[in-house]
Amino acid sequence: MQIIKDKQIVENTYRYLADDESLSNGNITVSLARWLQEKAQLLSHNGQVGLRLTIEDDVTLIADDLNKIALLELNFPAFTDGRLFSRAKLLRIRFGYQGEIRAVGNFMLDQVFYLSKIGVNAFHLNNEEQLPVALATLDDFSISYQ
Amino acid sequence: MACSILLFILSYRVYTRIPTLCMYQYNDNDQTIIEERVVQFRGQTERFLKGELNEDQFRALRLMNGLYIQTHAPMLRVAGPYGLISAKQLRKLGDIAKNYDKGYAHFTTRQNIQFNWPELAKVPDILAELATVQMHAVQTSGNCLRNTTTDHLAGVCKDEIEDPRPTCEIIRQWTTFHPEFAYLPRKFKIAVSASAQDRAATQFHDIGVHIVKNAAGEIGYRILVGGGLGRTPIIGEEIRPFLEKKHLLSYLEAILRIYNLYGRRDNKYKARIKILVKETGMETFRQQVEAEWNAIKDGMELSDARFAEIKAHFTDPAYDKNAAADTSFAAHLEQNSAFATWIKFNTKEHKMDGYRAVFVSLKAPDSPPGDITDACLYAVADLADEYSFGEVRSTHRQNLVLADVKQADLYALWQKLSALKLATANIGTATDIICCPGLDFCALANAGSIDVVKEINQALDDIDYIHDLGDIKINISGCMNGCAHQSVGHIGILGVDKKGVEWYQITLGGSSENEAAIGDRLGPSVARDEIVPAITTILEVYTEQRQEEESFLTTVKRVGMTPFKEKVYANH
Ligand code: HEM
Ligand code: SF4
Repeated sequence: MQIIKDKQIVENTYRYLADDESLSNGNITVSLARWLQEKAQLLSHNGQVGLRLTIEDDVTLIADDLNKIALLELNFPAFTDGRLFSRAKLLRIRFGYQGEIRAVGNFMLDQVFYLSKIGVNAFHLNNEEQLPVALATLDDFSISYQ
Repeated sequence: MACSILLFILSYRVYTRIPTLCMYQYNDNDQTIIEERVVQFRGQTERFLKGELNEDQFRALRLMNGLYIQTHAPMLRVAGPYGLISAKQLRKLGDIAKNYDKGYAHFTTRQNIQFNWPELAKVPDILAELATVQMHAVQTSGNCLRNTTTDHLAGVCKDEIEDPRPTCEIIRQWTTFHPEFAYLPRKFKIAVSASAQDRAATQFHDIGVHIVKNAAGEIGYRILVGGGLGRTPIIGEEIRPFLEKKHLLSYLEAILRIYNLYGRRDNKYKARIKILVKETGMETFRQQVEAEWNAIKDGMELSDARFAEIKAHFTDPAYDKNAAADTSFAAHLEQNSAFATWIKFNTKEHKMDGYRAVFVSLKAPDSPPGDITDACLYAVADLADEYSFGEVRSTHRQNLVLADVKQADLYALWQKLSALKLATANIGTATDIICCPGLDFCALANAGSIDVVKEINQALDDIDYIHDLGDIKINISGCMNGCAHQSVGHIGILGVDKKGVEWYQITLGGSSENEAAIGDRLGPSVARDEIVPAITTILEVYTEQRQEEESFLTTVKRVGMTPFKEKVYANH
C-alpha cells in the first residue's frame, strides 16, 4: 500500500496491529488503549511504533511519550469534522510533536492541502488511485496569508 | 428596470477624471492566490461533473465557493469585502448579470452580491472573470469563516474612533483560506464597528469587534462573542472589554480554535458558537479562550508597520477643500422640495464640510429589495466615477452608498438617480424593507416574501405618510432561518407553514442597533391575505399612540404589545 509522505508517494512501512494480535518485528501501529497498557513491551520490540488516534482519544494522556512515538495516525470520522485540524495543529505547536502525522479515514483529497499547512505530513487515502491528484494539490496555492 | 432606456443618456457622461482608488488594492500575492483558487475550483467542478467527487463532497467544496443549489438553478454569492466595491468591479458585476444571469444581481444583508441563475459548468468562468477585477466568491457560504462586514459609512462618518476598514482588511486576509478553520461546526461571521452608532449589527454576529478607546486614550478592540440570528437569535456578549490592537488575530484564532474543538457537531441547529457559549457559560468559555490565547499571543503579534502598511490603502480621497463654499446646493434645497426630501432621507452628513454620503435606494416600490439590473450596475459605476471617487459601498440593509459626494454635485446626482429609479426617498423608512428571496427562489421557504413587500409598498403608496412614520425597520424572512433578520426588525415578519399554506408571524420591537433587542411576538400568525392589513394597522396604531416626535421603537417600548394586538386581532 502506498501513501503520501513529505510530498512524495512512498510505500507504507507500518503494519496495522489489532489489539488482540501478538507483537511481531517491524513497524506497527497500535491503538491508544494498547499503548497505555503495553508501553514498555511496545517500545522494546524491534521496529517503530505508531499510534492510531480516534477523535475520542485524549492526547494529553501521551503528552510525555510523544518523543518515543514515530507516527500518529489521525482517523477522520467524517470529512466535515474539522476538529482534527485543530488537534493536528496543537500537536505541533503545543505538544511540540516532531514525528509523522498521518491523516487516515474519511477525509477527502481536497483537504490535503489545508492539512499539509497545519502540520499533517502524511496521507493515507482510501482510494489509492487518487494519490497522484492529491500530491498535485499540495501545490494548489503557492502563497498563504496565515 | 427602466435603466436600459436611460443608459444612452448617461453614456454622454464625460470621463473627466479616473479617480485613484482609496480602497485596498491587491498586491501580487493577493492576485496569485485568487487566480490559483480559480484553477483549483475549476478542477473540482470538472471532477464533480465527471463523477469523481460525490454530491456531499462537492457540496462542501462548492459552498466554500459561494455556490448553493437552489429551487431553479445554482446561486452564486460573490464577496464584497466589508462592502467596498470599485466602479470597475461594479461594471464586472454588470457583465456577469448580463452574460451569465438574467440581467440582474442581488445585494445581500452581509454586503455580498448574489446571482440567482448561473449555470454550474460556467461558474469557473465567472470566477475567472471576477479574478480580473480582484473579486471572488471565496468562503461566502459553507461552514467556514465568512466575509467580514462593517459600517457602510466607514471612514466618512463623523462619529467613528478610527477607520474600521484596515482592521477589516487584516481580518479578511487572515480568514481567507485559513487552513485550520475551513470545516467548522457551522458558519462563522465577524463584523467590525468603530462608531458610537452600530450600523453593522455587530451584536448579532459570531464575533463583534468594536474599535474603542480605553481610559488611557489608547485605541483597541472590545470583543463580543456568541451573537447570531437564524432560528435562535441571541445577542452577543462581551468576552473582553479591551484588547490591544497587536493581539487582534491571536484573540480571534483562540476563539476559533476553542469553537472548532468544542462546538457541537451533532445537530446543525445547535452548532453555532452562540450555543457553545450558552451551554459552556461565558465564564468558562472565556477562561478556555484566554488560556489558548495566552499560549499563542506572543507568536502572533501584529506590528505597527503591518497596520501602517494596510492603513496606507485607505487614505482620504482628494477632497475639494472649498466644497462648502458652493451656494447652489442651498438654492436647490430651497427651490425643490422633492430634492430636499431626498437629501433628508437618502443622504447622511460627512466628516468633510461640503460633502455628503448618498444612499442609492434599491427599494423602489415595484422592484424586489436589493435587486439591481445590469444596466443600473453600469450606470451606478459611471455615477461613482463621476461623483464619488470611483467607489461604491453596499449596506447591511441592501442599498448602495456613494460615500463622498460634493454638495455642489448632489442636485445633478439626484436627477440622474431619479431617472434610474434609484432615488426613492425611503432610506430608513417603512418601505426600506430587508427581504429574503422566499418562495420565489429558496428551497427552504415556507412562504413568499417578495410579493408581500410589493403589497406593503402598494398599501403605503403615500410617500408623505411614510416620511411622517419616520424610522421604521421592517424585515421579512420566508422561514425561520431568518436570512432577512426578521427577529431584529422593528416589525418582523416570518413566513410559517401551516399544512402547506403560507402564514406569517409578526414580531415587534426588535433592533440590531445599539439598543439590540429581539422582537416580541404579537400573537398568533396571520393568513396571507391578512398580513398586509396587519402591517398597515400596526402603523396606524403607532400614529395614534406616539407622543410628539417619538419613534416607532420607542412607542412600542412605552405602550407595549396590547394596543397593537387589540387592533390587529380585532376581527378575530
Ligand atoms: C436563496 C438561498 C438561501 C438559502 C438556501 C439560505 C439559507 C440559509 C440558512 C439555512 C440559514 C440559517 C443558518 C444558521 O442559522 O446557521 C441562513 C441564514 C442567513 N442568511 Fe440565508 N439563505 C439564502 C439566501 C440568503 C439571502 C438572499 C440573504 C441576504 C439577503 C441571506 C442572508 C442570511 C443571513 C444574514 C443569515 C443569518 C445568519 C446569522 O444567523 O447570523 N441568505 N440562510
Ligand atoms: S429565510 Fe428561509 S426562505 Fe428566506 S432565504 Fe433564508 S432560508 Fe430561504
